[in-house]
Amino acid sequence: MAHVIERHPLGRAPREPAGTPELSFARWLALSVAGFVAFFGAWWATAASGVVSPQFLPTPLAVVERFVALTQTPFVGYTLQAHLASSFGRFALGFGLAVAIGVPLGLLMGWFGWLDAIVSPLFDALRFVAPIAWVPFAALWFGTGIGGPVLIIFSGAFPPCVINAYRGAKFVEPRFVEAAQTLGASHWRMIAEVLLPASVPSIVAGLRISAGLGWQSLVGAELIVASSGIGYLLVRGQANISTSIVMSGMIAIGLVGFAIDALLRMLERRINRRRGR
Amino acid sequence: MLFAAWYVFTTLTQAISPGRFPSPSEVGDALHQIALIGYADARLHEHVLHSVKLVLYGFAAATLVGVPLGLAMGWNRSIEAFANPAFLLLRPIPPLAWIPLAIVWLGLGDAAKVLIIWFAAFVPTVINSYSGVRAIEPYLVEAARMLGASRAMMIREVLIPGALPMIFTGLRLSLQACWTTLVAGELIGAIAGLGHVLYQSSLDLFPAMIVVGMAAVAVTGAAMTLLLGAVERRAMPWRT
Repeated sequence: MAHVIERHPLGRAPREPAGTPELSFARWLALSVAGFVAFFGAWWATAASGVVSPQFLPTPLAVVERFVALTQTPFVGYTLQAHLASSFGRFALGFGLAVAIGVPLGLLMGWFGWLDAIVSPLFDALRFVAPIAWVPFAALWFGTGIGGPVLIIFSGAFPPCVINAYRGAKFVEPRFVEAAQTLGASHWRMIAEVLLPASVPSIVAGLRISAGLGWQSLVGAELIVASSGIGYLLVRGQANISTSIVMSGMIAIGLVGFAIDALLRMLERRINRRRGR
Repeated sequence: MLFAAWYVFTTLTQAISPGRFPSPSEVGDALHQIALIGYADARLHEHVLHSVKLVLYGFAAATLVGVPLGLAMGWNRSIEAFANPAFLLLRPIPPLAWIPLAIVWLGLGDAAKVLIIWFAAFVPTVINSYSGVRAIEPYLVEAARMLGASRAMMIREVLIPGALPMIFTGLRLSLQACWTTLVAGELIGAIAGLGHVLYQSSLDLFPAMIVVGMAAVAVTGAAMTLLLGAVERRAMPWRT
């Protein structure tokens, strides 16, 4: 039997990124655990040594205790879960609005050139305004209840929705568009049945970015204009100079943000798999 | 056209009440006032300089620490395994959520702002430097090694140039995050800066000044991004 050359002389070896060789699993695990321990160890040591007063740097255990306590006894009116629920309601509203307006707008802009020409300059000008800079107008127009924060979340979450839907619609394979045109599709059917399905991966990727920015903006908004919610809990904790409350709030924010991202990533994977990519 | 619509709605037809959104002439007056006389204890350029200075401090500190750490994590699997847990824990916390903690620790002054900006810039800088190293073509590294490159040469000639495009992507992201975070930080508590202008104008119910503040935030942010783009082209003349 002829000797088979496994690799083409110019073909690349199975790609391994630059750098030192991969670690064995045991070594990786040991170092990860060591890193984990070092992080909490350094924190605990600094807090327990008394160099910093416990009011400013509580031990990790004290933060966990406070976290648990906050879920049971209300702080500034609500328990931690209730604050999170009210934050999440605002987030869902602002993010929902951004998706409901942004995605169709992006698709329409991708199809109708005149709309693109009208909206793009305005959009580019407004995009440079940081979402958080809308805070004064949000407070002036909608107050601090639900409207103000929602406007800020919306302004954070809106651009990625528009941009990704627009890109998705712009980069549809021209032959699909031409085929649909040949078959006499109306504008409406073109958008609903050609552009929308073709841009789903791009839109979903946009949703992930948008949700991340929306959640960040929510935290910012609640720090400034709100009277409930997780950001408000942080501000009140700060006013009471209670580091453990502030840290508990930060943990809760991190967990929810992580969960939102994980959910959308799952959705993204599922959609990509269904489309065979 | 946008300006025409603005003028028609606010001045000619009064469809939007001046208490909600200002007319162009009011904005002009407000701009005149803040630029020449001063508003919220300082003039416009002083507020802008104050904000920009803080961003640059935090940004520079984050770059100095973040880029080497990201490069090291990208190159050395042991360092990566050791540093990763802390990252996984800190990464999901948005930079804005650090603001109250920074205020508790350092008060309302500039130190707290710099700390927050540092946090905002640190994570994207590290992650992108790390991915930059990972994206270097392995055969470049192997070729350099075969030609007998020393450790220092490897870092200087292969690692840094190879990772530079991603590093700059990270710097751009982190600069934008810095700017947003600083504005938020100044809105929550500050004695000068553009965020403070916004805060003061919303207390005074002064819509024209809010517009001026927002425009200043946007223009300054855009200018810094452009400047970084220029630096990027300078640093990587081989990519045009």
